[in-house]
Amino acid sequence: MLQSQPALIWPIDVAPQMDNEILIEVNRLSRHFSSNKKNGQQTIAVDNISFTLQRGEVLGFLGPNGAGKSTTMQMLTGNLAPSHGSIKIAGMDLIDTPIEAKAKIGYLPDTPPLYKELTVDEYLKYCAQLNRIAPTAVDQAVSMAKQRCGLSEHGMRVINNLSKGYQQRVGIAQAIIHSPDVVILDEPTVGLDPIQMIEIRKLIQELGQTHSVLISSHILPEIQAICDNVQIINQGKLIFSASIEQLNQHMQTHTLRMGCANPVDIKEIEALESISAVQQNGEKLILYCSVVEAQDNLQQNLQQNLQQNPKMNQSTVIRTSQQLIALASQRQWGLYEIYPEKQTLEDVFMSLTRDETSNTLLEQEQQID
Amino acid sequence: MIKIIALRELKSLFLSPLAWAMLVVMQLIMCYQFLTQLETYLQLQAKLSVLEASPGITDLVIAPLLGGAAIILLLIVPLLTMRLISEEQKNQTLPLLFSAPVSMTQIILGKYLGVLGFLFILVIMIALMPLSLILGAAIDLGQLLSALLGLILVLASFAAAGLYMSTLTRQPAIAAVSSFGLLLFLWIINWSAGGGNALTWFSLLTHFEPLLKGIFSTADIAYYLLFICLFLVLSVRRLERLRLPH
Repeated sequence: MLQSQPALIWPIDVAPQMDNEILIEVNRLSRHFSSNKKNGQQTIAVDNISFTLQRGEVLGFLGPNGAGKSTTMQMLTGNLAPSHGSIKIAGMDLIDTPIEAKAKIGYLPDTPPLYKELTVDEYLKYCAQLNRIAPTAVDQAVSMAKQRCGLSEHGMRVINNLSKGYQQRVGIAQAIIHSPDVVILDEPTVGLDPIQMIEIRKLIQELGQTHSVLISSHILPEIQAICDNVQIINQGKLIFSASIEQLNQHMQTHTLRMGCANPVDIKEIEALESISAVQQNGEKLILYCSVVEAQDNLQQNLQQNLQQNPKMNQSTVIRTSQQLIALASQRQWGLYEIYPEKQTLEDVFMSLTRDETSNTLLEQEQQID
Repeated sequence: MIKIIALRELKSLFLSPLAWAMLVVMQLIMCYQFLTQLETYLQLQAKLSVLEASPGITDLVIAPLLGGAAIILLLIVPLLTMRLISEEQKNQTLPLLFSAPVSMTQIILGKYLGVLGFLFILVIMIALMPLSLILGAAIDLGQLLSALLGLILVLASFAAAGLYMSTLTRQPAIAAVSSFGLLLFLWIINWSAGGGNALTWFSLLTHFEPLLKGIFSTADIAYYLLFICLFLVLSVRRLERLRLPH
């Protein structure tokens, strides 16, 4: 289905560049809001965040609503001045040389900044001119951006009459029109239907080949699908910063869910060495794998090179489920479903805020930075 | 860059019916005023010709016409300037300008020149009426030019004050009401008897009247230029403040 969407195919002449040039360098960034003027109390929206972003990297900002994702992005794009800290875009300081630094950024805020009385062409032309594209190259830039975002056939339409999904595309087209080094997208897939979501995700992955992309989301699978690295931010603090593989490791579940049509002998399941507890609810069974072993694995994995054996931690659950399947077919239980329980973003937050290992991990990473 | 923002501002003015409505209403009212002035002049003409050094048609028709235009525009310019920044704030389109490689000064100057362009079109259309008198009467062209310059400076001051008011609020209506209030206050500030010369000097009106009479004084021109600069600088500062911690 996706291959039938030629509009989103990356232009062939742009070859992916993969060097280690650092495009965003954020150092101890904070932003305070004074919420209550009477007693001078301050709300800390972003608290002492540091990170870097390299060319060709897609970094995901993950966090619940109000975590400080948008505030961070607004600071990175010059829409908010930071209370403390420094931001460097492609080596240029955003506060000292804002114009040069901003020329390297394309930004889609959470509400696309669209002049709705204009047509798509007029609007994109204005954006191209604002971003200092040479007058002779404006038309080409507009048609290129339209082509990348699947808007080629909508150039003459007034933005106000477009659907929300297409308005979102115009917003993305606006962000990439001047081929910026850094593309910053704030919740780009909010309010889109599933097909549009898939298309936008594909576009973002394509962008990530030549640009650096920073996207924010509160949807975990989206970040997992698109990003190379992920940063989890909660209450203004960076609580987890790692690659997607490491996140997947961290999200490793120890719970299996099983459904059987025929009566099951629970004792036989409990007899398996890796099962620590079994809960039965009609046809459905919830099985808890032995947590101790899994956590040992987790800690080992975090310290080891994960690339070598990313599935290592998975092994307990996989092994157990294989044993269960074999057992079920032997005993005629009528097994019709078995799957490891997925952790939600909230579970991850809970485990991260509780888990001290993640804090030490983060500290280690900050030292490396 | 300023030119791009100004042209886009001017264009979006004409995309909405507001600009067209203003041009039409302005033209109708001015036309009526012009004809009544002309009628009064024709009735008085016989008596005036007896007098020595009597006021001419420029004094009796053109000066009141342009003076009246300034008062009507006092009501209209705030409606024109109200949406400049506040609407962008309301529709959350300011990030587009803030994240583009454009300075705050360029944004403000672009917006200001866009509105000024529209007001210039308006003044040209108003000027066509007095100019039509050239066909049948002897007009003091120097006085007409001085009066037109005065009108342009007054309108430019209105626009600068309106632009600043528009940076203060997200609601275009509040921007319109407050800039109207400010302008009206500055217009009538010389009414106070006790205020003396200082208050009179601050009035927008007292610097316009000499220009209408054809008296070109550097002090009056400087007043308007200072007025415009003050509000433009305040607007730039205000726009910068939107990004600061608060």
